Amino acid sequence: MKPKFDIIRLSKWFFLLSSAITVAGIIVFATLGFNLGTDFKAGSRVQITFAKPVDQTKVTQMFNSIGLHVDNTALTVGGVQRNVAIVRFPEIISGAQQDKLEQQAEVSYFGKKLPTAVQTVDPFVAAQTARKAVYSVLIAAAFIVVYIAIRFEFRFAIAGIVALLHDAFIVLAAFALLRREVDLTFIAAILTIVGYSINDTIVIFDRIRENLKIVKPKDIDTLKQLVNRSLWQTMSRSINTVITVLIAAIILYFFGGVSIRNFTFALIIGLVSGAYSSIFIASPLWVVWRGRSLKGGKGKSSTKTEPV
Amino acid sequence: MKWGRFIAFLLMAAVIIGGTAGSVTNLWKSVPLGLDLQGGFDLLYKIEPLPGQQITASGKQALLQAVNNRVNNLGTASPIIDLEGTNQIRVQLAGAFDQSNARKVIGETAQLQIYSSAKIDKKTGQVTGPAGTLLATGNDLKSNAHWVQDPNTGENEVAISFKQASKWENITKQFYQKPIYVFLNGKLLTDPVIQEKMYTGDSVISGPTLNSVQACNQLAYSLNAGALPYNLSLESQQSVGPSLGQASLKATLWAGLAAIVLIFIFMIVMYRLAGLIADLALVAYGYVTVAVFDGMHVVLTLSGLAALVLGIGMAVDANIITYERIKDEIRNGRSLRSAVKIGNKNALRTILDSNATTFIAGAVMYWFGQGDIRGFAVALMISIIVSLLTAVVLSRILLLTFTNSNVVRRPWWYGVGKGVLKKDEAKV
Repeated sequence: MKPKFDIIRLSKWFFLLSSAITVAGIIVFATLGFNLGTDFKAGSRVQITFAKPVDQTKVTQMFNSIGLHVDNTALTVGGVQRNVAIVRFPEIISGAQQDKLEQQAEVSYFGKKLPTAVQTVDPFVAAQTARKAVYSVLIAAAFIVVYIAIRFEFRFAIAGIVALLHDAFIVLAAFALLRREVDLTFIAAILTIVGYSINDTIVIFDRIRENLKIVKPKDIDTLKQLVNRSLWQTMSRSINTVITVLIAAIILYFFGGVSIRNFTFALIIGLVSGAYSSIFIASPLWVVWRGRSLKGGKGKSSTKTEPV
Repeated sequence: MKWGRFIAFLLMAAVIIGGTAGSVTNLWKSVPLGLDLQGGFDLLYKIEPLPGQQITASGKQALLQAVNNRVNNLGTASPIIDLEGTNQIRVQLAGAFDQSNARKVIGETAQLQIYSSAKIDKKTGQVTGPAGTLLATGNDLKSNAHWVQDPNTGENEVAISFKQASKWENITKQFYQKPIYVFLNGKLLTDPVIQEKMYTGDSVISGPTLNSVQACNQLAYSLNAGALPYNLSLESQQSVGPSLGQASLKATLWAGLAAIVLIFIFMIVMYRLAGLIADLALVAYGYVTVAVFDGMHVVLTLSGLAALVLGIGMAVDANIITYERIKDEIRNGRSLRSAVKIGNKNALRTILDSNATTFIAGAVMYWFGQGDIRGFAVALMISIIVSLLTAVVLSRILLLTFTNSNVVRRPWWYGVGKGVLKKDEAKV
């Protein structure tokens, strides 16, 4: 089967693209930071679902009436019908205040008790959760490296991990840029993406490994050809798989519960990025590294651009 | 055409569809739903020892037991109470119940203390705190406190009895015709004047706050459950109103169903009959996964539901990998039957490797995560194992049986494109 176009030859451009996204992401982190949810920032978060679109002034008045001051930026409106109000407070709402809100304030301002979710987190717990989240991504990555290094080889493992960190990074950058709330479900999404991205990469690496058994490349050009061929052999699988999972994620995003919207949004970005990085980043990266030990490899592949 | 094989295939298909259709609704109903799906709350308390006190393992067990007793008195279905970290305890209650009352019952200590005298505010004459010597505490009581009504006045009271009758006897002797001060959690409950000496150790307590049967019962429960060995301070809480949970569940279920139907159609369009077989295996995947959740009493949360759907993606992936391999083999000029065999074999290692890495991610999430993330990790790991069984083993048996039955011979039925098909048909 003839390669349709030479992915490896163009890999410089993909590395460049990913590096550009990475730099842009770092700038976004540095300037905007994350919109941390209550899981990671101490305080309270109250989510109220209305039958109609949210009347922001009325909601603010309601909270003021029970002695809670609502900042300008603290109220966000969500839901397809703009009928979900999410209000964040830097302080911890007491049980008594919560009772007052649910049993009196809602009734006097909106005529009835409304579906309400309240979440409060102590600063200590918030810090602990954030730490655990970062550890779990790093440890998951470390275990995956060990597994791939045993089943494949070390170079595959590193290329795969670079690709998956790239995906996690892109999702983080997107959340920072779009000011989406970073909460616990977001961490679950990142971990899912880590799992999916490596899954995707492994399928391609597996094909490269298999083809390496048939042809033993002596120079860099044969190696490039071999990887190109492997990529195209697995292309329809890569595309079909990402389509099926994307179908599920997109439908869940638009029609699933409001509380998993962040999760599915992260998943959608991560899935696209995961499919992209498996094909255009992980394998070309491996070629660059592997090619160094081959004839003609040193001169041509001196590019040290790593996307993360 | 081999009728025996074909009938075997049809039988398997009928068992999968019939078995699922027949019991899936009942099964679904018996899966416990998380508090984000049916409402409820999640409370995380920090265990705080009194000054000079140490948190010990046995103390924590006693605390767990005491909290358990209190929660059981609330009568909510399947509460989850767990120690977390070194000094935290998490209580999760699902369903519709009086959340503010529950918070009170769980977190408040029922420290009953009987003092010989009290600090009294000179201006108002109100008792502000205990003074004098501590005569007895809740620990001196048997756990048989209960509500009673005074036969003469009809007043609500809590009957208590001392573990050592002599202790109560000494107190009543010493304070005969004098008041004693009974404090609950540092607040004056009652200050009765001892009217007679008591020898049996049985007594009653009453007070202005114990004005209803409910209030008496609550105090009795708390006394019986024993004082908490440590103080608890609420660190974080998450509460979801029952109607909000229901709405999320409904929306997510419908979305999941729509996604599954679309995936089914996609597989049939891409891989035709083989796609249909994959869909059959997917039905089995969904059913078995829910059954395992049920059997293991996994509480299904929103993120668990998401993991289930993601698992469908992984199960589909396993089938796609296999079918693409089969197509490769047909393109290489193999006969349909041997292509199916070799394709399956070649795909297996890829599927195992790719699932193993995702499983590792799930296991790490389980070790390090808490709450929702843990639920997600469990759901993900179960999904992976079940998908390996259904999308690899079951799907393979179905496909091999079907192929061996020779009902169809054209590779077109397995999703192989036209150009290849013509060349190949000449060979068949």
